[in-house]
Amino acid sequence: MSTAAVPTDYTNRVLYSEEAASFSPEVLAEMDAHIAKYPPDRKRSALIPLLLLVVQRERGYIDNAGVNFLAQKLELEVTDVWETATFYSMFNMRPVGRHHIQICKTLSCRVMGEPQITEHICNRLGIHVGETTPDERFTVSLVECLGSCGTAPMMQIGFDYHEDLTPEKVDKLLDSLE
Amino acid sequence: MEIKAIGCEPLQLKRVHLENSHTLKVYQENGGYASLRKALGMTRDEIINEVKASALRGRGGAGFPTGMKWSFVPKDSPKQKYVVCNADESEPGTFKDRYLMERDPHALIEGMLIAAFALGSETGYIYTRGEYKYLIDIMDKALDEARSAGFLGKNILGSDFSHEIYTHTGAGAYICGEETALLSSLEGYRGHPRMKPPFPAIEGLYASPTVVNNVETLTAVPQIIEMGGETWRNLGTEKSGGTKLWSVSGHVKKPGVYELPMGYDDMEKFILEDCGGMLRDDKKLKAVIPGGSSVYIMNAEQIIGKKVLLDYEGLVVGGSMVGSGGFIVMDETVDIMESTKNLTEFYKHESCGWCTPCREGTDWLLKIFNRVASGGGQPEDAQLLLDICDNIEGKSFCPLGDAAAWPIQSAVKRFPEDFKKYLLRQDVAPVEAEAQKF
Repeated sequence: MSTAAVPTDYTNRVLYSEEAASFSPEVLAEMDAHIAKYPPDRKRSALIPLLLLVVQRERGYIDNAGVNFLAQKLELEVTDVWETATFYSMFNMRPVGRHHIQICKTLSCRVMGEPQITEHICNRLGIHVGETTPDERFTVSLVECLGSCGTAPMMQIGFDYHEDLTPEKVDKLLDSLE
Repeated sequence: MEIKAIGCEPLQLKRVHLENSHTLKVYQENGGYASLRKALGMTRDEIINEVKASALRGRGGAGFPTGMKWSFVPKDSPKQKYVVCNADESEPGTFKDRYLMERDPHALIEGMLIAAFALGSETGYIYTRGEYKYLIDIMDKALDEARSAGFLGKNILGSDFSHEIYTHTGAGAYICGEETALLSSLEGYRGHPRMKPPFPAIEGLYASPTVVNNVETLTAVPQIIEMGGETWRNLGTEKSGGTKLWSVSGHVKKPGVYELPMGYDDMEKFILEDCGGMLRDDKKLKAVIPGGSSVYIMNAEQIIGKKVLLDYEGLVVGGSMVGSGGFIVMDETVDIMESTKNLTEFYKHESCGWCTPCREGTDWLLKIFNRVASGGGQPEDAQLLLDICDNIEGKSFCPLGDAAAWPIQSAVKRFPEDFKKYLLRQDVAPVEAEAQKF
């Protein structure tokens, strides 16, 4: 998985394949637990939770094989799955680093020092916003409000919130991540 | 970060400081689930009437009377009915629901159960934004606890009332806080809003009668049942009952979540005293957005010495709106043109693309802002922004368009100096002609 070879944004849809991903029995059971929350004739409701909480975790991003699998699993057309997947900003349409740094850039964080934090992180990692480090360790993204305005500036790494950021705190945090 | 009540006994924040406040044990030791027992002994109409009497209004932003919303659900419908909790808290500047769910998840479950009993619903969903994954885990644990204690599932507390609640995750879309878009998303589709009518109360989730309420609205319900709608209403004002949580962020010493009685007097005191005053003592207050980013921005003259009351009516008189209650406080170092551009980036990103005025309008607004910010401002740009806003406001499919237009309209008119300095020919001042309206 080298970032240079990865097609940008949605172009992975062009690389169409019929291949469907396979998952371990534990993961399949986890999927069934999500599907069981909804009426049997409304399986499509499980689509977003499955994409976000299972497929993206297992596959690293929303890829063709994962989408093909979900389409079969939920008895949908492949385009139905893409239709939903391309709407939501938390779905990664291409591979990201092991740690996906998502810095909140909306107003409260902005006035409380987000630009300095972003600059610090990018300088430290030697990449621009939207890029992945060559060792595939970090990806940096700017995202819209994460609901942590009282503890601004903040960022989310994976699903974890990191609040009241200072450059020193960021350094410590990044050092602690593999 | 402060989390406390000012000017009233904490109701929403009653338990948040207790150790292990998220557990069923602590919740029950502090009066938890007593309201559910009481509600199960009431008739469905009695519950709805109590909620109506409380003057509780939706805390998500729209402020629609909750009791009235519930009464729209048809009693005789043979279809399954749904209670959906809107925990898609994504309004910039708002973070109150997050702390309620993190520290008092059982209050939300109890509120949903009372709503479900009043509406005759057997299934509920908590739609949480995907970024709040840790809250989904907390809610799942709380639901498991409630289930094993007999508060969820079949024949709750020995009654003939059965109800099950499930968590559901979004995946990053502000528009899904709009109730019909939320329902589309909950069905697994793109988060596009739906045509109203039919309203969700008639045809909501899976085309069945559905009530969608905000987290803070639902956690208020057990309080209302406990003390009676009238008593709860009297904590606030005639038209805005009870207490309300305000999220405060930006340039104040003590940002946080504050519970205030409705009609709290006054906004200046709240910011400059209760929230500890300005972050940097030598910097003056410049602007406040009091209701999450989607309301009119206020300048200091509208706040200082104006005794703006913090309730639905008071803030309208003061020149803005309650919205979701997210205060963003900005001091004199902030450039309002930059801030408005930042919010426009947000709305452009979050516009769902369904209707043309909002999709194209927000895109053009941002193009103009980018040009102005990079030194290419033209004297007529202020008016151009207002014209585009005028073509979005009231003409978009859902309120997201209005939300994008209002901060810009008010910023251009209330902070003309911040815009003028970006415009090349500063001898022309097109802004002032429109300034009368605000």
